[in-house]
Amino acid sequence: MNQHDSHPSGFLLTENLVKRFDDVVAVDDVSISIQKGEIFALLGSSGCGKSTLLRILAGFEKPTAGRVLLNGLDIASFPPYERPINMMFQSYALFPHLNIWDNVAFGLKREGMPPAQIKTRVEEMLELVQLTAYAKRKPHQLSGGQQQRVALARSLAKKPQLLLLDEPLGALDKKLRQRTQFELVHIIESVGVTVVMVTHDQEEAMTMASRIAVMSHGRVLQVGTPQEIYECPTNRFVADFIGNINLFDGQLSVDEHDRSEITIDQGVVHIDHGIGGSIGMPLTIAVRPEKIYISKTRPNVNVNLFSGKVREIGYFGSYSSFIVEMQDGRTVVVTEPNGSRLENIDITWDDRVFFWWDEADPVVLTH
Amino acid sequence: MKTSSSQALLRLLQAHFGKLWLLVVYLFLYGPLLFLILFSFNSTRQDAVFTGFSTRWYEALLNDSRLVGGFFLSLKVAVITGTLSTILGTFAAFVLVRYQRFRGRSLFSGLVSAPLVMPEVIIGLSLLLLMVAVQHAIGWPERGATTIVLGHTLLGMAYATVVVAARLREMDRTIEEAAMDLGCRPLQVFFLVTLPNILPSLVAAWMLTFTLSFDDVVISEFLSGPGVTTLPQVIFGYARRGVNPSIYAAATILILTVSTGIIAYSILTMRAQRRRERDAQAAVLAEIRSVEENVGTA
Ligand SMILES: Nc1ncnc2c1ncn2[C@@H]1O[C@H](COP(=O)(O)OP(=O)(O)OP(=O)(O)O)[C@@H](O)[C@H]1O
Ligand SMILES: [Mg+2]
Repeated sequence: MNQHDSHPSGFLLTENLVKRFDDVVAVDDVSISIQKGEIFALLGSSGCGKSTLLRILAGFEKPTAGRVLLNGLDIASFPPYERPINMMFQSYALFPHLNIWDNVAFGLKREGMPPAQIKTRVEEMLELVQLTAYAKRKPHQLSGGQQQRVALARSLAKKPQLLLLDEPLGALDKKLRQRTQFELVHIIESVGVTVVMVTHDQEEAMTMASRIAVMSHGRVLQVGTPQEIYECPTNRFVADFIGNINLFDGQLSVDEHDRSEITIDQGVVHIDHGIGGSIGMPLTIAVRPEKIYISKTRPNVNVNLFSGKVREIGYFGSYSSFIVEMQDGRTVVVTEPNGSRLENIDITWDDRVFFWWDEADPVVLTH
Repeated sequence: MKTSSSQALLRLLQAHFGKLWLLVVYLFLYGPLLFLILFSFNSTRQDAVFTGFSTRWYEALLNDSRLVGGFFLSLKVAVITGTLSTILGTFAAFVLVRYQRFRGRSLFSGLVSAPLVMPEVIIGLSLLLLMVAVQHAIGWPERGATTIVLGHTLLGMAYATVVVAARLREMDRTIEEAAMDLGCRPLQVFFLVTLPNILPSLVAAWMLTFTLSFDDVVISEFLSGPGVTTLPQVIFGYARRGVNPSIYAAATILILTVSTGIIAYSILTMRAQRRRERDAQAAVLAEIRSVEENVGTA
């Protein structure tokens, strides 16, 4: 169900795409639809097949089965040099024997653009990435961040209909990465190109992408906006992969149309909506750490209230994180913004605490 | 008095033992060559006594049509061998490095480098047998320059393959994909991106195989025909019939040509090596600078 996107007709469509390498299925029945002008991220852990999917779009890999439609045209059999698609490589892949100017001009020369036009276009591109002063340098004379911008300029020079980014910020250090994220989005939006990017960094996907496809073992598990993926994960893997989350396994014990109860090992969890399942079916409850309240004194609530002992406290500046151990040894992660609730300041190791959450906050996962 | 001086000598020996040893080794290596070069400038036919400086043997050399002919034949053979070996070696290196999985790959890679360790006498003899048989069957090739080139190329190709494959292996393949992504057809990718990036190794391979061919005597001896003799062969023939200072002159020219090739090869590879190191350093420095800038602005 979640494999398939809700938009049947997109600018870029993949239909039941499969790629097999001998015994490894790198891409497994992937159908996604990407709209014009979107920044679409393929997110997943190492080896989940995101690079392979991107390389199929670029034309470097032939899919074992399935179709790739760009503007309604099946391009699966087109070689890379005949696709209106350009890619920015993870290692940048700048030509070491050419200077920056010639690197950016390379694609334009191949399509036989007149020299005068090439000149304006290259200058425009170097302007865009603020590297005009470096035009005569060789790639190895630039820093990592500058090389990344050259790679971007080169892949945008031919005005591709689709831009592919493979781990665009993967080779930069953390500090530079955060700043470059916004810069990159700014440039992409000013050009107005449709982007498919690959990343294993959820923060990068969250900040840059308009929609995200979470992948695991070659399959797309969920497609949605960053908020949808975070707030309403549809399965256990996605919930666990994106951010921190507490998962409780249990069974459905009450199921009415506007409320339900799920019995977990530590008690009963109340939910403010119906599940529409059968009583006794196994379910998983997912609660984000920041949705959980914590207090040393007993609060004035009587549902979804649990207690335990504080085992660990982590101070992260703007928030603190508590690891609370329940009676049966199960631990729960709770985060609290610092300075908001004064009574929590004095929670320390081995304190007995109460924690609870609203009936609207847990996400119920059926598998 | 005597004991103190011998003690001093001993001390001197101890202090400079390493240098002395090196000197002995170098004398052993290059003494004969220096001797040969020196005597090529001897004014008389004397073998053991240097009687005075003259260039008469070089003049005699110019009038010796066999030596001059041998020199130009060697030059021609070496140039063609260098070129053929480099081209064929590049193809072989490509197949070895780029096609990781085909039937008989390890056999092929073994066979390509086998001539490196095979005794040259065996190579020469087996080639001679083959060429004679082929000539008998189709009337070609006549024994002479062609067969020598074929023989040298067989050996040279093995060397060229090793040199080019090493460079090809360390080349970043994604730049070829990038070229294709930017609109290059496969052939354009090769000429516009791959070739410029492996060019230093092709030059090195050419010089190495040129040198190999220029001073080879064993294979040439098997494959040359009547009246066709390379410079080393002519020298060899003269030496057998009794030495003559004009051979020294010819040998000096040979040494000069070969060492020019070797020195050029080393300078080229050394320079490439140094450039790579410098580039790596420059990149690291640039990285540090950019990080500093960022820390500064943050
Ligand atoms: N050319 C290939 N031959 C054989 N197997 C391959 C090839 N390319 C990829 N694979 C396999 O396909 C799977 C997916 O690889 P892929 O490179 O797409 O992963 P990824 O999600 O990009 O991972 P990473 O984040 O590490 O780059 C892996 O198991 C990998 O080993
Ligand atoms: Mg990858």
